[in-house]
Amino acid sequence: MARVILLVAYHVFKESVRDKVLYNLVLFATLMISASYLVGQLTAGQDIKIIKDLGLAASAVFGLFIAVFIGVGLVWKEVDRRSVYNVLVKPLRRHHFIVGKFIGLALTLLVNLAVMATAVYLVLAVMAWTEPGLANAAIVDAPVVDPNLLKAFLLIYVQLLVVTALALFFSTFSSPMLSAALTFGLYVVGHFNADLAHFENVVKSRAAARLAGALYYLLPNLAPFDVKAAVVHGQAVPAGYVLLTCGYGLLYAAAVLGLAMLVFARRDFK
Amino acid sequence: MAAIETDGLTKDYAVGFWRPRPYRALDGVTLRVEANEVFGFLGPNGAGKTTTLKLLMQLIYPTAGRISILGRPAGDPEVRRRVGFLPEAPYFYDYLTAEELLTYFAGLFGIRNPERRRRVGDLLDRLGIGGERRLPMRKFSKGMLQRVGLAQALINDPEIVFLDEPMSGLDPIGRRDVCALILSLRDRGCTVFFSSHILSDAETLCSRVGILAGGKMVATGLLSEMLAFKVAGWELVVAGIDAAALGMLGAVVRGVAPMADGRCTVDLAPDCEPERVIAAVHDRGGRLVSLNPMRLTLEDVFVAQVKASQAAAPAGRFMPEG
Repeated sequence: MARVILLVAYHVFKESVRDKVLYNLVLFATLMISASYLVGQLTAGQDIKIIKDLGLAASAVFGLFIAVFIGVGLVWKEVDRRSVYNVLVKPLRRHHFIVGKFIGLALTLLVNLAVMATAVYLVLAVMAWTEPGLANAAIVDAPVVDPNLLKAFLLIYVQLLVVTALALFFSTFSSPMLSAALTFGLYVVGHFNADLAHFENVVKSRAAARLAGALYYLLPNLAPFDVKAAVVHGQAVPAGYVLLTCGYGLLYAAAVLGLAMLVFARRDFK
Repeated sequence: MAAIETDGLTKDYAVGFWRPRPYRALDGVTLRVEANEVFGFLGPNGAGKTTTLKLLMQLIYPTAGRISILGRPAGDPEVRRRVGFLPEAPYFYDYLTAEELLTYFAGLFGIRNPERRRRVGDLLDRLGIGGERRLPMRKFSKGMLQRVGLAQALINDPEIVFLDEPMSGLDPIGRRDVCALILSLRDRGCTVFFSSHILSDAETLCSRVGILAGGKMVATGLLSEMLAFKVAGWELVVAGIDAAALGMLGAVVRGVAPMADGRCTVDLAPDCEPERVIAAVHDRGGRLVSLNPMRLTLEDVFVAQVKASQAAAPAGRFMPEG
């Protein structure tokens, strides 16, 4: 079972590499180098924060685009081009195919994010080395080459896994355009989901408050994954918080993936 | 034990968005294919051939009916290990080469190196695309993709091969190669189930055929039984007698066509007694050149069956609502 899942996953990764998806890393590196040069003119200490902020935000955005645009086509493209006919008649279950697709894209995102994180650390290290005074100025908030950035990168990655699972789920039954719109919609909603938990404070209707409460648990809650500001400003991000948030993200992704498997298992390929 | 068996296989689709109507794509198809047989699944476009193959491969699920392959339910992982499938107009991954695709699929069957490398190389060479093994498949022609499709269907050395329109997109040399391949599969004990609307291929390759029309199985049986002893008429060639005199021989003569050198071809009805006609020709001074029975071709059987099925179901395949 694990062997066939990994084979499917390996081919998703291979396709991403050959489709030149990893070229975005060149764009990212260019962005980081240009930004570090431009913000070099700013007040000492602020440029480090900007580089960290920009690095984390760009990693999240680039990752989001990859997760959505590849994720929504992962299954749909195979069904539309009928290449799925050749695979599903082989000795693998339909849910193995879905899990393999998910792991393949998760691997692509991991490589992407790892390279982007390395690029951010490299830029920060070069800045700290060329201008030793920066370290003293920035120590007020956080070290220049701050290991806590990894926590932010980890949470971005788990958030991207949630987004990938959503994109893959929509991809099992709808077109890429609609899937992309729905996934982006849920991503945006997910960042404002916390407002739904306190909906009873702003509406009188108990039914509306209950509906909002149900939606709060049903929709992804993505705001906790955003710890950029805290990390950049040197505020503590406890390991327990990171673990709990990662646990929630992985459980949510697993549930969505389960739904995707259910839909895909019952589907007729006309 | 039959290699493939279906019983009352039925598939309905809902057609329409706001008020979906059930459309019967396949209607109670029952068939039995024995092991080591080349079975031709014939029918006009839209008859339900691809639907049947997709049901056998569990790419779609039946509304009713039962499927058994190698004595097990279709979709059983053990069955999948032992069968191969070529879909109609196959499409593969643009980013892979033919060699990588076959290596991938061999991996899904758990075939390991060096056996995997040997099978991939052998199949690509056997299907005439060994020279293009490292070319991305986005550069392949339709015929080359068809050959890759056949190669991937055989990668697990299957006991049964399901081929959906295997000659589609192939040039005459490709068709000859595929015919030879199907016969070689049969010779090594493989059961071949192939769908086609090209009847000459079926006549060349099949031991048994089934004819599907309007979603229903309208005829099935040994090709030899379907075509044998069904004389559609007689072709009599005579000399030394003119066409007008031949026309006087009675109602058994359906037509007379003059030929070169004073010969005539006479088209006789199937129920006539040719000996009497020959005697009558002799009496009028003519002589016999040749006499041949006109056998039914598969095409004649096919057209007759399809027309009969269309006449029997003029209302189409939408099911009554409610």
